[in-house]
Order: sequence, then C-alpha cells, then structure tokens
Amino acid sequence: MNKPIIATTSLAGCFGCHMSILDIDDKILELIELVDFNKSPITDIKKFTRTVDIGIIEGGCCNSENIHILKYFRDNCKTLVSLGECAIMGGLPAMRNNIPIEECLKEAYLDGPSTHNPEGIMPNDEELPILLNKVYPCHEIVKIDYFLPGCPPRADLIWDALTALVTGEEMKLEYGVFKYD
Amino acid sequence: MNKNITFTIDGKKCIAKQDQNIVEAAEDNGIYIPTLCHLKGIIPSGSCRICNIKSNGRFMTACTTKVQEGMVIENNTEEIDELRKIIIETLFVSGNHYCPSCEKSGNCILQALAYKHRIMIPRFAYTFEVKQVDATSPKIYLERNRCVLCKRCVRSIKTKDNKNYFAIEGRGYTSQIILDKKLALNMSDEEAQIAMKNCPVGCILKKEKGYIEAIGTRKYDKIEIGTEIEIEA
Repeated sequence: MNKPIIATTSLAGCFGCHMSILDIDDKILELIELVDFNKSPITDIKKFTRTVDIGIIEGGCCNSENIHILKYFRDNCKTLVSLGECAIMGGLPAMRNNIPIEECLKEAYLDGPSTHNPEGIMPNDEELPILLNKVYPCHEIVKIDYFLPGCPPRADLIWDALTALVTGEEMKLEYGVFKYD
Repeated sequence: MNKNITFTIDGKKCIAKQDQNIVEAAEDNGIYIPTLCHLKGIIPSGSCRICNIKSNGRFMTACTTKVQEGMVIENNTEEIDELRKIIIETLFVSGNHYCPSCEKSGNCILQALAYKHRIMIPRFAYTFEVKQVDATSPKIYLERNRCVLCKRCVRSIKTKDNKNYFAIEGRGYTSQIILDKKLALNMSDEEAQIAMKNCPVGCILKKEKGYIEAIGTRKYDKIEIGTEIEIEA
C-alpha cells in the first residue's frame, strides 16, 4: 500500500502550529514511516507535484494570497484540516476585524508610538497581496473537512488526529488533549 | 415542614429538601447539571438556558425550577446535550471570544463547557460584532467582546447600602453591560476581585491581575467541569 501523503501551509498564522507538529518529538520518526510529505514549509516543496491525501492549513485568510493558496490546497488535497485557532476563527489576526482597515494601517505605518516613517510611506507595491476587509476563517472560503482547535493545538492532538486519519479509526478525544489556547 | 422530596434524574433515585431548585438538588445527589448564569447563593435568573433539562415532556431551566415530589428528570440525553451544545456555540459566535489572548482562559466557564461537550468548532458563522471595551474605572476593565449577558455581576456585586455596581444598558442585540462610574470610584479591591471571580467569562477583569496563573495549573486545564460534583457523591 502506498503511504498517505501530507501537505501543510501557514496562511495568516505565526508558524506556531507547525512548531506543534514538530513537537510530537521522537514520534516524528514513526510519522515518517507512516506518511510522506509533499508541498510544505517542512520539505520546502513550493508546488504540488501530485494530489495529496491530507492538507493541513495553519492560519486564517487576511489577504489575497492566503485565499489563492487555500484554494490551491483545496484543489489538490482530498482531505483538508484546519489546524489551530487562526484557521478556525481567524485567531489573533482577526482582532482587527472590528477596526476599520485604514485605521489599522495608519496605526502600523504612521501613528504608532514606535513608528519612524518621516515620509509617510504606506505599502502599496503591486507585488504585495491585497489586504482583505476582514480576516476570514478558512471554512468560510473553502470546504474544510476537519478542525483541530488550540493555540497551538497540542502535539498529542495532532498526532491522534493524523493517526486517526491515516488508519481510519475514530479519535478518542480525551479531556485535556484539546484546548482553545 | 422539612419533608424530603424524592425524584429521579436519568433513572437515578434522588432526595432533595423542600424548596430546592433542581440544579442544587442534583448537586446534593452527585449529579452535575451544567450552568453558566447560575451562581450559588443568589436568585437564579434562567437567562443562559444551559441548565435546560426535560421533565414531563417539557424543557425547563433547572436553576429556576423548584424540584417537586415524584419528578422524572432527563439530564444526560443526546437531545439535551445537543441543545446545550447549540447554546454554547451560539454564545461563542455572538461575542468575540479570542481564547488564546484571554486573561480568563483556563478558568472560564464558557470555555470549560465547550471542552466538556468536545466542541471543535461552532456550527454557526462568526459575527465579529463591534463591542466597546470600557477601561475608565480605577479597578476594573469591562471587556465587552467576551460578555455573555448572564447578569451574574448585576445580581451579585452590590455596595454596602445595596446599590448595583453593574447594570444592563439597552435592549435586544444592543444590550451591553455597564458599570456605575460614580460607585466604581469607591469600589474596594475585594469587591473587584469578587466581580472578576463571579464573571463566568473574561468580561470583568481586575486591573493588574491578568494571566496570574500558569498554563497547566488553571482550574479547567486538567479537570473537566462538573467532575468535582460527581466525585464528591
């Protein structure tokens, strides 16, 4: 039997969830036995080379590039998993959702107490992705199959979920394994 | 008139005192009925509806209903579980509950109830309502993004001459919790501490007291809400 293939990405996240994947410690050796990796910051593969079985998404969608990558993952992954609070509900980046975007940019680039920008330059290069009006949870953009909460999700939860997905057995979901913080 | 009352919860025979409400009667018999707005010792308001139970084919809030002789109560059924889950999920999407950055995370009853019901994600869309934070009083922050309008603070925190520190302003979806600015000037540290403790979520925060407990040592980090009631019996 061929090994299931995993792809991962970080959208509007902090890479903490990826750190938590690595936090499964020596089980990572077991994981390598069970699965292969395709497009992922872990492998540094930039483009999908084939359809993969499990796509893991960290972070929500705050700009046009996030949407592009998320759709690219949906098109190339049989199962998509939202990993962590940001992917699930926007997380800390979504704290800007109640503040007008102009105000956010002004605070960051012009008025912030530690900002030094005498020429008042705002980032507007056409190479830069366009900021969305709000930060969106991934499942509001594409269909997501499974959700793993936590900031970051505990390594045990990720391990349990991955083994459940690979083996087809149901997760136990014991108390204390999943948290929202 | 101190006759005991007998009744059953999910088939288990229970004994209660006269005039006890169902939540407290269940607790005395080692059965946990989830509550959010109910606080022991103050008059129940039945506003959160999480303590919904079923008796005689009807749903009713266990905190506001007195237990009666021969009552047959359903508490732990799939139907009621689902109803409670819907309420919890609704509360999560109707506020802005950023657990990772919340001072009350780990000690929050709303969060603990969601953990208990193994809610991975609310089934409803997040609303990202605009709420105002009030930091004007000397002792307390009002973080309205997290308020669930349970009125615990309104009902339990009062001045020595029985005036309300807190109140609900507005009606319907514009309702919000407010703090009496004049009274708040003379609020004692103890009162502020109790207000923070009585708030089931992270809305009322005592200034300079956030993030005081380490992750792993907080109330609901390892122990599921309600287990202390079930163990004691």
